[in-house]
This record gives sequence, structure tokens and C-alpha cells, in this order.
Amino acid sequence: MVITVRNPVGSVLYFILSLLAQSILYIQLSGLFVAAFLVLVYGGAILVLFLFVIMLLNIRHADLGPEAAPMIKPMAWVFGVVLLAEAVWVAMGTKARFDGVSENFGSVPEVARLLYGKFVFPFELTSILLLAAIIGAVVIAKRTLS
Amino acid sequence: MTVPLDYYIILSAFLFVVGVIGVVASRNLIVMFISIEIMLSAANLSMMAFSRYLQNMDGHVFVFLVMAVAAAEAAVGLAIIIAVFKNKETVNADALNLMKW
Repeated sequence: MVITVRNPVGSVLYFILSLLAQSILYIQLSGLFVAAFLVLVYGGAILVLFLFVIMLLNIRHADLGPEAAPMIKPMAWVFGVVLLAEAVWVAMGTKARFDGVSENFGSVPEVARLLYGKFVFPFELTSILLLAAIIGAVVIAKRTLS
Repeated sequence: MTVPLDYYIILSAFLFVVGVIGVVASRNLIVMFISIEIMLSAANLSMMAFSRYLQNMDGHVFVFLVMAVAAAEAAVGLAIIIAVFKNKETVNADALNLMKW
């Protein structure tokens, strides 16, 4: 649905729906912390940013312009179906089942211990990346070409 | 826990393919952008599934980092879209032919 609706607002809302479903799957995979984080940060913050930008741009239907060249769309679908068949073919046949896990798998203290222990360097790099993104976003949005 | 691992992988593959089709078939910059986010979340889903399967929580940390990267990417990308819209008054990807040879 995300890619079939014509209106970008609709596609963002469908994406939020898909994220909520994904967070339920994460809870099923006993990743409670990541599930909560997904809803709060992804569904709450990033997609609101998307909606905000769409409202800001105030796109009328005429602005959306003509659809893609007639060949591209069916070719994209054929390509996608081939890719999906390939991926499913790879994934099939693994008869892997989940074993039981310990009580606090995926709980906040356990994830935090990894995040600030083993992965503290990538974590710091992420903060630098976010800082760079903030500066870049402000600079790009303020400047006008030509 | 009765759902086997390959169901999660197939769902993740499906989400990824939806994202690919969205990027290729759509001409709207915002929809293309959301499709990229769908592909990232497909990767997240398979990482969570494998993390649960291997009983190793490194995958959770990586999902966390991927979300942060997606946030940064969303901020920069939306800034680019705003800049494009200010200059071109459109979000159609076909209108961006400045770098076409």
C-alpha cells in the first residue's frame, strides 16, 4: 500500500501502520526495548518529520507530475517479483526453529550493557553522524541554488 | 515460539522487494524516500530475527544504530527535498535533470 497510493501523505500513514506491525513482531522476537524504541522514535519522530515536510511543501496534485515512463512500471514489478522469488528460494528449506531464551533477553539493561560496553565506539560514531546530519540538513535547507 | 525463522526472513525479503519496487517505479521523491526507509526496516527485521535465533543480542544494538542512521538520513534527505522544492517547485524526480548528460 505504501507504494501504490498516489498521495504521499497516505503512503507515510501506511508506513506507520507497517512499523506498528513490525514492532509487534519485535515483541514476538522478545526484543521489547527495540520494539518500544521503534514506535517512539521511528513512528513518533521520523514519520512526523516526514508528514511535516509534506505539509510544508503543500503539494497539489498537479505538482506530482506525470507518472513514470510507461515501460518503467511493469519492468519494476517484473524485477521485483524475480527478486522476491530469488529471496524466498534462498530462505526456504531452512527448517530453523527458535529455541527458548533467558528471561531478560532483549531487556533494557542487557541491551544497554552491550551498547555502552562492546559497541561503545559505533555508538559514539552514531552521535557524530547525527551531529553532521543536523548541520547538513540546516545548511542544505537554508541555501537556494542559483 | 512457534513461528519458524524462515517466515521472518521471507517477510523481510518481501518488505525489501516492496522498497525496491517503490524506488524504481515511483517518480515522487518523497515516496522514493519512504521506500528507502522500508528497505532499512526490512534489514532491521531480519537482524532481529537472526538475533533471536542465535540468542545473541548484538543484533538489537545494530537495529538501534540502523535506526539512528535512518533518522540522520531522513533529516538530510528531507532537507534536500525542501531545497529541490524551493528551486524547482516540484518533487518529481524526472524534473531533476541537472546532472544528466
